[in-house]
Amino acid sequence: MLEIRFHGRGGQGAFTAARLLGVAVTLFENRHALAFPSFGPERRGSPVLGFIRIDDRKISDRSSITRCDVVVVLDDTLLEPQVFNGLQAGGLLLVNTDHKKLPISIPDQVRTVLVDATALGRQYLGRPIANTAMLGALAALSEVVTLQSLLAAVRREMKGSSVGKNAELLEVTFRSLGGQIT
Amino acid sequence: MHGQKAFLSGNEAVAAGVRLARPHVIAAYPITPQTTVIERLAEMVEDASLKTEYLHVESEHSALSACIGASAVGARTFTATSSQGLLYMAECLHYASGGRFPVVMMNANRSLALPWNIYGDQRDSLSLLDCGWIQAYAEDAQESLDLIIQAYAIAEHPDVLTPLMINLDGFVITHTYELVSLPSQEGVDAFLPPFQTVNKMDLDHPMSLAFTAGPAYNQAFKQLQHQALLSASKVILDIEERFGQFFGRNYSGLIETMHCEDAEFILVTLGSVAGTVRPVVERLRSLGERVGLVRIRYMRPFPDLEIRKALAGAKAVGVLEKDISFGYEGTVFTNVNSALSRSNVKPSRLLNFIGGLGGKDISAADIEHLFLRLKSTDDGETVAFI
Repeated sequence: MLEIRFHGRGGQGAFTAARLLGVAVTLFENRHALAFPSFGPERRGSPVLGFIRIDDRKISDRSSITRCDVVVVLDDTLLEPQVFNGLQAGGLLLVNTDHKKLPISIPDQVRTVLVDATALGRQYLGRPIANTAMLGALAALSEVVTLQSLLAAVRREMKGSSVGKNAELLEVTFRSLGGQIT
Repeated sequence: MHGQKAFLSGNEAVAAGVRLARPHVIAAYPITPQTTVIERLAEMVEDASLKTEYLHVESEHSALSACIGASAVGARTFTATSSQGLLYMAECLHYASGGRFPVVMMNANRSLALPWNIYGDQRDSLSLLDCGWIQAYAEDAQESLDLIIQAYAIAEHPDVLTPLMINLDGFVITHTYELVSLPSQEGVDAFLPPFQTVNKMDLDHPMSLAFTAGPAYNQAFKQLQHQALLSASKVILDIEERFGQFFGRNYSGLIETMHCEDAEFILVTLGSVAGTVRPVVERLRSLGERVGLVRIRYMRPFPDLEIRKALAGAKAVGVLEKDISFGYEGTVFTNVNSALSRSNVKPSRLLNFIGGLGGKDISAADIEHLFLRLKSTDDGETVAFI
């Protein structure tokens, strides 16, 4: 079972990223997933979480996610030590930032990758939205999901011109991080 | 009869099920965490994929009253609520069941104030166990959707004619997205024909509905109501069997058991937390522990025979519930204990675990600890908060 936590601020699409990833792995990879937001009132700008559990078989455990294989941070102002809670040794930390080095010490045995996803969002979507680019990075840097499934999920879930723009953004981010299109 | 797959939240699955069931009238008032059900239904009405009379009412009391009125002319009706909203409906709950109006309602299980809290526990619906409604508890989004479709067939059955409340744990089911298989509209149309009843306001066949009955007759009506709920046990099994033939998904009636045949230590619970118990049971089984799970799917009618059978060989039984009847014990425990008291075989230890109140997380480690408590021989409290 894979467990992933997205950190963002209300309005940045942390849960949308988790849900889109869920669509990709369930509908296009024949796997199972439970995706859920941090429960409660939703406020723009306040710290929010998105969670997803992914497995090859049906997942029944709906208790809180306390261990993570991957942590995705959509906003580097959220980089506090609790971001690393439960992140496993050998786990992946993906941070959207324009810094070259993080202003916080990272736990040992965590693979950290920095992506300027906001800049990519500005360039390809015309808005500083980071979630799609971070999913492209996830596909390039891990075995969690394939680019093809993410593209299919975008085509299914988005409408109008957003489809093409987000698909292009996924591909560009994927390639820029060394992802190979098979 | 098999339709498409979709990645939906529990609330979205409920809305999808309601659309497939083609209700004539929907009346509801928004309340967290039910709101997205009626938002999705409103969007379906807006995009004309659902043809229904969607009533914007000013309260939950009015929502159920409107459903009762519509049901009285033979319409299929739906409403949804949660927590304080359900309590605000309390007067009308008895009107619906006493009048034998087969309204179907979704309730998002949520804590009750005070302290004010929007998170999930089951004190709202369990405190209304005596209102004469059939009460079902779902474990996931797929079961929620399937229960909606089955609910109309059960509630509208001539032997039943009783309203039915489907409970989903707030947020943990209502707001969690998962893979759901959507039955086809043709399949549901064939499985669930339009509601037909002779008990309706009809100018050509006038009859009295929602009338007064004095001391001479009142109890007779209540006995009929009781009989109807008891009859629902068999109707539920029949409808589930037919549902399985149509859609390929099978349900197990009033309870579901896991490894109870030879289990010495059994947890009885209901709702989504059963999903946390499952992998713990599997893991402990792989270590040679004889543990099992009983998931109660219907609290009314209560599965007393099924529970007695499932628990017949157990040494120790724990009832885990997100509810407390203050000053005594959990209501589910009271019901399970009552069922066991009618049987010769009683487990030597019967414990009540109260947890998850106001949304408090119940982890797999917590569940494992409960099985340890069942195995131990200490004489701790019968009713324990976890």
